[in-house]
Amino acid sequence: MKIKLYDIAHSRAGDKGNTLTLSLIPFQVKDYALLCEQVTAKAVKEHFQSIVDGEIVRYELPNLPALQFICQQALTGGVTTSLTMDTHGKSLSYAFLEMVIEV
Amino acid sequence: MKEKIRIGCGAGFSGDRLEPALILVQQGQLDYLVLECLAERTIALAQKRKRQDPTGGYDPLLERRIESLLPHLLEKKVRLITNMGAANPLAAAGKIGEIARRLNLRLTVAAITGDDVFQQLSGDEPALETGEPLKTSGPLISANAYLGTDAILPALATDAHIIITGRVADPSLFVAPLVHEFGWSLDDADQIGQGTVIGHLLECAGQLTGGYFADPGRKDVADLAHLGHPFADVTSDGTAVFGKVAGTGGLLTTATAKEQLLYEVMDPGRYITPDVVADFTQVRLEETGPNQVKATGGRGQPRPDTYKVSVGYDAGFIGEGEISYAGSNALGRAKLAGSIIQERLQDHFTDFRIDYIGSTSVHRTIFGAYQDPYEIRLRIAARASTAQQAALIGEEVEALYTNGPAGGGGARKYVHEVVGIVSTLIGRHQIIPQVTVFQI
Repeated sequence: MKIKLYDIAHSRAGDKGNTLTLSLIPFQVKDYALLCEQVTAKAVKEHFQSIVDGEIVRYELPNLPALQFICQQALTGGVTTSLTMDTHGKSLSYAFLEMVIEV
Repeated sequence: MKEKIRIGCGAGFSGDRLEPALILVQQGQLDYLVLECLAERTIALAQKRKRQDPTGGYDPLLERRIESLLPHLLEKKVRLITNMGAANPLAAAGKIGEIARRLNLRLTVAAITGDDVFQQLSGDEPALETGEPLKTSGPLISANAYLGTDAILPALATDAHIIITGRVADPSLFVAPLVHEFGWSLDDADQIGQGTVIGHLLECAGQLTGGYFADPGRKDVADLAHLGHPFADVTSDGTAVFGKVAGTGGLLTTATAKEQLLYEVMDPGRYITPDVVADFTQVRLEETGPNQVKATGGRGQPRPDTYKVSVGYDAGFIGEGEISYAGSNALGRAKLAGSIIQERLQDHFTDFRIDYIGSTSVHRTIFGAYQDPYEIRLRIAARASTAQQAALIGEEVEALYTNGPAGGGGARKYVHEVVGIVSTLIGRHQIIPQVTVFQI
């Protein structure tokens, strides 16, 4: 069955210059393993192909549990000079949660 | 030495609401209130204001915040630590003095300076973002180093009721009172790492207590219109229990705390501040009651021997124009309008953007299949070196009124000045923070 990340997890986006940070936090601790397996840095890069130009690195935080993604060259130059509507990329947490995974 | 102190955070950015801080001071039984009001760009804008008026350059809301808080801070014996000094902490202290005299109150204010390193930079230093010399970004207008806890401690050692700073790393505003009260060693990286976790969780105020979290039906949060801002009860071993004032809106759970813990964190094992390289990977969050979360397990490695410096530069102007289309073929008409503007203007601008608000303007794409929206707002934006050239964008969008396509309405035009930010590093030994005490 295909589901959206939105169905099982929540996220907050942050920005540092032209870099986007995205957390991915399962509502249920039991879903952490599924997220680790399906939401790889490679899969996220594929999902964000029209948004993130640079590399994506994933950090695992099993104690929380949560995943953290660092996306380079993701904010069309960064908050101070970008022409985009959402210069911080704050709304991109919900672009992430649109990602479809197989369960 | 105290065994336990309570620190509240009443503002998480310059434009934050005023009353949550007042509620924290009046009802929160705080020892310290922190107001974090200084984003990267905010200080560069403040430097511009200071250049126009040497008595300005502090936070624009300082007067309103201090006026409402001051009598209550003194009555409840709550010390205030804030970076509302922005580009001019000394002038901010002077303004606080003026407010106190007007209210017939006596107090001591300590201003911390030394973060302004503009005169110390040549512009040839490499930018962290590009490796290129800073001056290649554009005309430089400001340079402020992120000072740390050690810059704040001498002010805490005075009897100051209010400590006002310029650029200080946000978590340090919280670590400083912990070190001051508990006598922690600045060399104890694990202890300072846990202090930094506490500061990071508090620094965005309402973002910990369910603000910026709510999603109705999925992540419900009660009474957001009266969102309470957080406080932490910290014991001398660094254990922190976060809470908010009873009766305020919001939500404090491990879920809200996790979102904030990871917010803007570039490497959870290495969160770099002037105090420590903090490690968030072993942090444990635990719900200990309704709207109550305990955090332990922050650790760290020794602090870096450099300060990060945030450098502002003039980046010209942005011109914007917007116009709406609704009903049948709204997106088609908006796209035609966009192509007309593009044809007329794109050769005059190197950095030019067309957005369809209601469709692809914020995510820059659409995931999955969505029906065409009933209404669309066309937005054009471009960078320009002069305000006059930037204004051309709005003028051309407005001219769509009579020149078509059909049914365009609600045109608006904007021009704003842009300040860009790049970063560099400066050696710790190059900066000597100073404290100036004002008896009012």
